[in-house]
Amino acid sequence: MSSDLVAGRLPGAAAPWLSAARRQSLARFGWAMVSIGLFAGLWELAWLTGVADAKLLPPPHIFLGNIPDQARYFNTATRWQIGVNPADGPSPYEAVLVTIGATAGRVFAGLGIAAVLSVSVGVLIRYFGLLEKLVLPTITLLSPVSPIAWLPVAIFIFGIGNKPAIFMVVVALFFHMVLSTISQIDNVNRNFIHVARTMGASKRQVYARVIIPAILPQLLIVLRLNLFGAWMVVLVAESTGVGFGLGQVIMLARNTFNPSLVFFTIALIGLLGFLSDWVLRQLQKRILYWVPETAGVLRGL
Amino acid sequence: MASDTYAAWSSQDAVVCRGIGMTWAEGTPRAHEALRDIDLDIAPGEFVVLLGPSGCGKSTLLYLIAGLEKASRGRMWSFRDPVEAPSPDRSLIFQETSLFPWLTVWQNVSFGLSIRGAPVAERRAVAREALSRVGLVAAMDKRPDELSGGMRQRVAVARALAMRPKVLLMDEPFAALDVQTRAKMQDFLLDVRRDSGASVLFVTHHIDEAVALADRVVVFTARPGRIKTIVPIGLPRPRDPFSPECEALRRQLTAELRSEVDRAFAEQEALTSDQ
Ligand SMILES: Nc1ncnc2c1ncn2[C@@H]1O[C@H](COP(=O)(O)OP(=O)(O)OP(=O)(O)O)[C@@H](O)[C@H]1O
Ligand SMILES: [Mg+2]
Repeated sequence: MSSDLVAGRLPGAAAPWLSAARRQSLARFGWAMVSIGLFAGLWELAWLTGVADAKLLPPPHIFLGNIPDQARYFNTATRWQIGVNPADGPSPYEAVLVTIGATAGRVFAGLGIAAVLSVSVGVLIRYFGLLEKLVLPTITLLSPVSPIAWLPVAIFIFGIGNKPAIFMVVVALFFHMVLSTISQIDNVNRNFIHVARTMGASKRQVYARVIIPAILPQLLIVLRLNLFGAWMVVLVAESTGVGFGLGQVIMLARNTFNPSLVFFTIALIGLLGFLSDWVLRQLQKRILYWVPETAGVLRGL
Repeated sequence: MASDTYAAWSSQDAVVCRGIGMTWAEGTPRAHEALRDIDLDIAPGEFVVLLGPSGCGKSTLLYLIAGLEKASRGRMWSFRDPVEAPSPDRSLIFQETSLFPWLTVWQNVSFGLSIRGAPVAERRAVAREALSRVGLVAAMDKRPDELSGGMRQRVAVARALAMRPKVLLMDEPFAALDVQTRAKMQDFLLDVRRDSGASVLFVTHHIDEAVALADRVVVFTARPGRIKTIVPIGLPRPRDPFSPECEALRRQLTAELRSEVDRAFAEQEALTSDQ
């Protein structure tokens, strides 16, 4: 239904905007570079003037200067197992990629599971009155609990590995997202529901055809806001030991007192968070082609 | 009483209201009486306009007839069937835009058919037919936010027509439009009414709109809304708004309304000074 619609209108409507949009995103990229450059420059300055000790706060040119050296620490070989040669395993660069992939995979798996689960639960709670009475108080009770408090639970249940890290992400997002789904359902324009009902829509159809599309834009925004939370939680979970991951590298850096490695990993995480936000934004634009952009209106102020 | 109920039930009228009363949030401290003792019959194909001060319960009555809310008191029939739930036979058009922004124009218009599981080809055909009646076939594949306010309201009318309703309930549908567009929409609505044979129950604040459109004008009192008078407009169509007959009717309706609007204001003022 929506595919012919997308095909029907995108080519004509998108073309006149293309160059302007390109220019805009280029400008945005330029400003991002300036912003980061400014920050890095101040840091370098602090190092030059001796304010920042290179041993404790190594400036960017030091911790980014010797990437092969840093990459050594991202070893993903299971060399503690019997019969595995310590020299085996992926090259340092591959190891960095594998580590990044593992952490990002946990973030997105957790995010996806949390989104599907919490939206389903939120919708079901509004759909079935009994479910609301049975479940909502507990969810409200648990939602202020810090994700850190769930860490031991994650380890009790899932031990060590991917599962506890994903569980941590899910549990950190789930309760808030259920509550926000419910409040968005309550805020759906009443006329939309009235129109659907006068056209003979059943309760199920009102939910599937009106309420869910109507809350989708806000849900995707909530998802994006929670993305950074997911990145934070996954590092905590990984630092307790899940084989390999960025959190584990930070832990290693801490234990071996290696500030360069800490900052190198922080830079990686920042970059990844930025990229994943961009991915979600693109996704949002694809799914919500019908939501008019208000950013342009604000810029006019 | 029993024979009266029987007469009401056996009536073939498009809408029959007997003793309708509505109290919002009944039984709570926020209870709020909106309508009292409404007896109203609307014949098939008849054009009835509701006129009354703001807050007197006109929208409430439309909601009740649409079946979206349950009346607190009284009974209601439509073509001999008791009104208990919403029905595609009675389409409601709102003042504010109520098009689904995530659907294109034609998908909006054929929403009711897709609810029934009609195939795409049929839905497009019906949408095209309904949109041609409002002169918007060219906008079929646009999204609602690409249309002007007047075009959106025409799409909303097309969406209601696509259901082939027997009763069109319209809640200040043209209030947001400029005078010229509104005049065009009125002509268009009269054409639609003639072609489809549907009854129309139309809420407005504009007395000239009431005189231009109605077979009968129902004037409401201030809240709780009761029927103050029913003024038949026996003029042939097309009507000349500058004719002395129209002028006289406008004068009469203005006088009927003014006292009620004054009362409504006095009451609202008293309510706010209480708090
Ligand atoms: N959903 C609701 N819940 C509670 N009270 C309501 C609701 N809808 C309307 N009311 C109350 O019922 C009364 C009548 O409202 P209604 O909207 O029917 O008036 P109206 O005649 O359509 O007014 P207007 O001309 O301003 O649109 C008002 O006092 C209003 O506060
Ligand atoms: Mg109203």
